[in-house]
Amino acid sequence: MNKKSNTKSLLWLLILTVIAGYIAFPKRLTIDTNFFSKKIQFEINKQAIDFYFWGKHIYKDFELKKGLDIQGGMQVVLRAKMDEIALEDRETALESAREIISRRVDLYGISEPTIQAARLEDDYRLIVELPGVEDPQQALELVGRTAELEFRLERELSEEELAEATQSANFLDLYFVSTGLTGQQLKKAQLQFDQQTAKPQIILEFNDEGRDLFAEITKNNIDKILAIFIDAYPVVTPSISSAILDGRAVMTGDFTVEEAKNLAIQLNAGALPVNIEVLEQKNIGASLGDESVQKSINAGLIGLSLVILFMILYYGWVGVISSIALLIYAILTIALYKIIGVVLTLPGIAGLILTIGMAVDANILIFERMKEEQRAGRSYAESIELGFGRAWDTVKDANLASIVSALVLINPLNFSFLNTSGLIKGFGVTFLLGSLLSMFTGVTVTRILVRQLVPIIKAKEFKS
Amino acid sequence: MNLMKYKKIFFLISAFFLIPGLISLVFFGLRPSIDFKGGSLLEIKFIEEEKTQDYQETILKDDLEEIFSIDTVQETGQDSLILRGQEITNEEKEIVLDLIREKFGELELLRFESVGPILGQELLKKTITAIFLVAAVIVIYIWQQFHDLKYGVSAVLAMFHDSLILLGIFSLLGHFKGVEVDVLFVTAILTTLSFSIHDTVVVYNRIRELKKKHRHLSLTEIANAAVWKTLGRSINDSITIIIMLLSLVLLGGESVRYFSLALLIGAITGTYSSSFIAVPILLVWEELANRKS
Repeated sequence: MNKKSNTKSLLWLLILTVIAGYIAFPKRLTIDTNFFSKKIQFEINKQAIDFYFWGKHIYKDFELKKGLDIQGGMQVVLRAKMDEIALEDRETALESAREIISRRVDLYGISEPTIQAARLEDDYRLIVELPGVEDPQQALELVGRTAELEFRLERELSEEELAEATQSANFLDLYFVSTGLTGQQLKKAQLQFDQQTAKPQIILEFNDEGRDLFAEITKNNIDKILAIFIDAYPVVTPSISSAILDGRAVMTGDFTVEEAKNLAIQLNAGALPVNIEVLEQKNIGASLGDESVQKSINAGLIGLSLVILFMILYYGWVGVISSIALLIYAILTIALYKIIGVVLTLPGIAGLILTIGMAVDANILIFERMKEEQRAGRSYAESIELGFGRAWDTVKDANLASIVSALVLINPLNFSFLNTSGLIKGFGVTFLLGSLLSMFTGVTVTRILVRQLVPIIKAKEFKS
Repeated sequence: MNLMKYKKIFFLISAFFLIPGLISLVFFGLRPSIDFKGGSLLEIKFIEEEKTQDYQETILKDDLEEIFSIDTVQETGQDSLILRGQEITNEEKEIVLDLIREKFGELELLRFESVGPILGQELLKKTITAIFLVAAVIVIYIWQQFHDLKYGVSAVLAMFHDSLILLGIFSLLGHFKGVEVDVLFVTAILTTLSFSIHDTVVVYNRIRELKKKHRHLSLTEIANAAVWKTLGRSINDSITIIIMLLSLVLLGGESVRYFSLALLIGAITGTYSSSFIAVPILLVWEELANRKS
């Protein structure tokens, strides 16, 4: 390989490392230690990327996302009881229940909740993760309640009442009165498109009892608002345009397709109410996580220093180079976590630390090979190229097993016969990224560095 | 030196580590965590220090018996405890905490987990599926790479050897120290499967390379040379992994301690078994095949 193109690679590597270093750098780093009885104390702040590009707001603060086990919170696995729901409606009912829970959780003010619907044979489940929740009792009530849908009719208020109502917290309750029509009489809500205007609309289908009740209400209250409440909160407030006698109402309005779809899902939650049962709950206090993270990070740093020391003592100059490659590995890994938004869990941190130990594997393989070739009488430069060339196949084959294991742990296609636990996935993701990245730093990066630096070192040794 | 002459010694060393664990597995089994068998776990921290020393396991168990039947009480730090027992609800948990508060003063709830029995069963099934899936993929891959089923099967046998040692040690730890086998342990097993294969592939690759070069040599001679040539790498590579894992076991957080220990054991057995189990099995197989023909 000619020297010029290697210098170019080195330059690219430098640029990559600097960018990754910037991303990997923590938002705020406070240093406060005693160094040879001198007190060192300062703070570095990193600016988030925050600007407008062609009117688009681009904001990235590159913060690591913390998993539930670190920041504390609650994980609940719920089972939806589907016995009373027709087979073909079950998927819809589960999706609706998910939507309702996520709306409740948002209203409650939990940031970044995740609610996942999962199906295992005949079991329909929701896996709810609520970071930062401190009152599990309240949270359980929040997610475990069955959705209540109700049609409420607008009422004429006298002036006194109006004055009272506007000041009252129960304004909605005063203004809208129950009609006796509830989710139980609603069969199904469906999204459709108007054949003439192609606008989205929602079809409501009632059962026999609902049909009569709905006919009664619409006959007597034309032009009034018939609001639909879910969990005592109005989700849509259409007005009655004509009497509907056949139990099939069409709701039109200025909604986007997305809005109409969401609305249909929510209405179905009332139409197909599922009772929910708690299968598993895990509450983790935040104090437990912080301490463990700190300890793990310290352990990782000490381990990293020892590995570097070992490599330098055992392999000399090439050991120094592989230590540089190892540091680049660590920087790239953390930057990558931040870019693709890896959720960091405690097992995930353990995975990261483990892969640091494994990342030098390719280096060791190559260096041992180089030594061997040198013993066989080849020149230094020749043995470098042979070392890299022959080791690549082995590195590739050996890492394949790690990649297979990691993929089984991550279960990216969400097969129901494999795990779906966040903790296992957290470890799997760091293990997979580690295996892939360490192949890059262990072979490509190290080769660039060795080609560039070894001739310099050798020349010096030769002169002295 | 011809290392492969000492095949029997290598098998004996393995047996020395395997047999106690296997006996323990048969008689004591593993101690499953609530992840597998269902139940509840409470981790609490006493705040009033002087009362901390007062608690006694039997008192705690008797007091709570009516509402929460406790299987084990484990001390996790100077002033914190993990209680494990049958599944309880959130309301019951509050009553339990109040009862403990009455007796031992103010406390903080660090963790509360409650797992239904269905999920536990499922996890067990998923674990077994995952292990066999990984094993199957590896056998097929190695078989393809080396055009010989022997290689794939020997590699997987060495891999199961490592898993059995790990399971055995955790069975002993469970019996004598109350260490439980949880979701993370499963993760560790799956990961150590790949450690084991990793080194085996390196030796096998070298055997393949030498075989091409020296067609007149016997498999034993080639295997011996391959083991010698890769041993340095194998040991040095393991040293770096062991350094990282050992610092995690000794200095890392409590919640991943046994997870790290499992990985550490896997890293050590994985290194050993590649050179001293996977290769000898290959040779024994070859000898048997030759004798037949």
